Amino acid sequence: MEPTNTQDPSYFHRVVDCQWACPAHTNVPGYIRLISQGRFDDAYLLNRESNVFPGVLGRVCDRPCEPACRRDRVDGDPVAICRLKRVAADLAGDVRSRLPRPGTPNGKRVACVGAGPASLTVANDLAPLGYEVVILERFDRAGGLMRTNIPEFRLPAAVLDDEIAMITEMGVDVRLGAPVTSLRELLDEDYDAVFVGSGAPKPKDLVIPGRFEEVGETHIHLGIEWLESVAFGHLERIGERVLIIGVGNTAMDCCRTSLRLGGRTIKVMARRPREYFKASTWELVDAEEEGVEIVVNHAPRRFVLEEGRLVGVEFEVLEWDDGARHSVVRDTIVISCDDVVIAVGQENAFPWIERDLGIEFTEWDTPVVDSTTFASTRPGVFFGGDSALGPKNIIWAVAHGHEAALSINLHCRGEALTPRPEATMTLTSQQMGMSEWSYHNDYNPSPRQQMSHVPLAERFRELSREVELGFDPDQTAREVQRCLNCDVQTGFRADLCIECDACLDVCPVQCLTITPNGPEDEVRSRLRAPSGRPHEPLYVSDGLPQTGRVMVKDENVCVHCGLCAERCPTAAWDMVLFEMTSPFTQGSHFIPLSRVTPRVEEVRA
Amino acid sequence: MPSIAKPRIPLAPLAHNDLGLTIRDYEGAMSTLCAGCGHDSVTAAISLAFFELSIRPRDIAKLSGIGCSSKTPTYFINGAHGFNSAHGRMAAIATGAIAAQRGLHYIGVSGDGDSLSIGLGHLSHAIRRNVDMTYIIENNGVYGLTKGQVSPSADVGSRPKKGDPNVVPPIDPMELGLALGATFLARGFSGDKDQLVPLIKAAVAHRGFALLDVISPCVSFNDHEGSTKSYRFFREHEVHEIETDFVPQRAEIRSKISSDSARAVTMHDGSVMYFRALPEGYNPTDRVSVEAYLAERKAMGEVPTGLLFLREGAPDLHDMSGTVSRPLADLDLADLCPGNDALQRLQESFR
Repeated sequence: MEPTNTQDPSYFHRVVDCQWACPAHTNVPGYIRLISQGRFDDAYLLNRESNVFPGVLGRVCDRPCEPACRRDRVDGDPVAICRLKRVAADLAGDVRSRLPRPGTPNGKRVACVGAGPASLTVANDLAPLGYEVVILERFDRAGGLMRTNIPEFRLPAAVLDDEIAMITEMGVDVRLGAPVTSLRELLDEDYDAVFVGSGAPKPKDLVIPGRFEEVGETHIHLGIEWLESVAFGHLERIGERVLIIGVGNTAMDCCRTSLRLGGRTIKVMARRPREYFKASTWELVDAEEEGVEIVVNHAPRRFVLEEGRLVGVEFEVLEWDDGARHSVVRDTIVISCDDVVIAVGQENAFPWIERDLGIEFTEWDTPVVDSTTFASTRPGVFFGGDSALGPKNIIWAVAHGHEAALSINLHCRGEALTPRPEATMTLTSQQMGMSEWSYHNDYNPSPRQQMSHVPLAERFRELSREVELGFDPDQTAREVQRCLNCDVQTGFRADLCIECDACLDVCPVQCLTITPNGPEDEVRSRLRAPSGRPHEPLYVSDGLPQTGRVMVKDENVCVHCGLCAERCPTAAWDMVLFEMTSPFTQGSHFIPLSRVTPRVEEVRA
Repeated sequence: MPSIAKPRIPLAPLAHNDLGLTIRDYEGAMSTLCAGCGHDSVTAAISLAFFELSIRPRDIAKLSGIGCSSKTPTYFINGAHGFNSAHGRMAAIATGAIAAQRGLHYIGVSGDGDSLSIGLGHLSHAIRRNVDMTYIIENNGVYGLTKGQVSPSADVGSRPKKGDPNVVPPIDPMELGLALGATFLARGFSGDKDQLVPLIKAAVAHRGFALLDVISPCVSFNDHEGSTKSYRFFREHEVHEIETDFVPQRAEIRSKISSDSARAVTMHDGSVMYFRALPEGYNPTDRVSVEAYLAERKAMGEVPTGLLFLREGAPDLHDMSGTVSRPLADLDLADLCPGNDALQRLQESFR
């Protein structure tokens, strides 16, 4: 095998599984360590640099980081990364003085369509560089789906307001109640670039018999529109018996919202077996805890109406084969209800984009967008978030926003969008003295801490009562120590190694092997504790000076305890902190405490 | 001293032996030796050997004297019996313990100072008596615990870290063993567990005194240029001509390791030691042939490793002393202490 190139930041980046899995590459172990030190402001700011909305995402992120977490492979439960993110947001003080400041105007103007997470991220990154950013929003409040589709009992409005304000206070011109009806007209306004972050606002409908035969007031609702109406206070009640069709995260929000609007018997109707649900596991658990019934293998066939009034839905009861590809109908059943909420998905839709502007659309009527640069086929027009590549989650919208902002900056400076600027890294030894490290290197056997919830009896009193209480100090103290500090990496210098075996002997997970080099399969077969996960990278050193063998490290389950470095007589091993600077625009970096200039009032006081 | 104890990580794929134990059950306290000490590798090899042999920790007794090497029994097999004796007295204490309790596997760990200086007399007599134990000399050619004076195994011309080169000829434990009629003589290297672990297993299976001379470099005081017991020097001068495989008794049926050319020696418990590769004209069961080979290699400045000499079936301490077949602790009080009448009869017989 070729020696591993550790000069390439992506090698060490990949070892930090959570950061690698996060679309915005949030420095997770970095901020968890700051929390453990009680440095909540720093934790919040470090978080914000990448994901822009720590308070929001600390509650409602889809958490791609957690299934990736190394801790999951060690004791079966990932670190509660998302919960800890919220801890940093809950406990951070006033960080305003350390946020990026608006830059000296550079004369460039950028329009963003929609005030959702993607557009707000673009504004966040560009305002500090001196761009004049105008956000055009059709509703009279900013936030996009964070505002309209996520109920307040999961995401309090104050948290969202605060984090949006941190962006808009940089002089971003947010025009509310200003729907864009024609891209041509917008382009005519001579912006230097236009960013489309209009989301996926079009709900998919369920067109089966009876769908459009109601007389008078409708009791068949479309999920995201219905949530919007609730969010804006246009709708305050629902019937006692509600059927939710669909079982994604929107369906979960719909069923739990129904419970708070007078619903008593709520059934979520799913076509397929549970293991094929789209909703996050924890959202299913939360809904069931509140008394929602999830019914599997039921496919809706028709709405049952009596005298133009909805009285129920007829379902086919399905039996699926293994793998749930084919089904046979075993029965039909009518379930009576007062209301139905259809939550079977959503799409992006662009009735306001003229098709002769040089913006190509695919055969599915979605824009052709470069998944790296987020450029459309018309120079200067960029897409991001759900409007770019279809419905995903907030953290993806943020990641798109960062990339698009980078592209917009390059475009406005007349530079090529590719090759992309590369990430850079620093590696810093964490050794403080003999057997002394700057980080807490011991393995803490604590189990994953469980979130406390408001008692069921109190939850339904008002719609805005937040259900999750956040971690208390004890839980936080335990959970931060579950993090394995994957960013404190094992750096190895082959030229210093004397092959004494000390590191191999002391490693608690036997992830090190000294062996003759060879083809990868052969080297893997000689590992002392084969991981059975061949997609996990192997570190392979240069030939060792005394025997020419190589040091091989299976990164799979290294717990970063640093014992290899402690027992190394020649400092061939060292524990080095890997810090990556993502190639976001410089605008997204916060101001270190040492460089905060006190405001005049503070000096006088 | 490491900042933390080696953490116990609840990883599923950790291998279990026939007793259902993992390698972690054969470990001890964290080592307080210098980082990179060869002794720690020997410790790990001992843990691994007993783990793979599936011997219950409580059936093991570990003994030592004084010195860096003699600290190491603390670092393996926490559940074993142990005795840390006075300087150089480990072989004597072990002889007594084995005479009284023959039901345990005895492993003594000593160093070149403890065994070849102050304890040389005791070691010699334990070899003569063929005491049934594994005796490991962690040999680094230096008094590490007292900051680096040359030891009796230091070669002539070998330079200590400070001071003049050694002028006194060394004692070679293998030559000593041959001269005193040892029945199992092997040399290993702390930096080569592939060879060392099978040697330890064979030593444990051997009935009688198994002497293992393990070159175990001292990283702090004897790993420099000019030393003949450094990692680099040893790797450059080691001769690895004698290839052996240890096949435990219960694995013999399924093992296909014996080739026609291999020479097999059956141990007392039915385990087999296969000599796969031997130098021309070498007979590991013939003292004269081994002495000649070692002398020839020594003249060439080379250090042969492997199982150098093996003699199965020689009478051990118990045979020679005619001891009872059960450990004394298992005897009834009436058998152990037959009373005044018996004592009087015995004394009468001496008159």
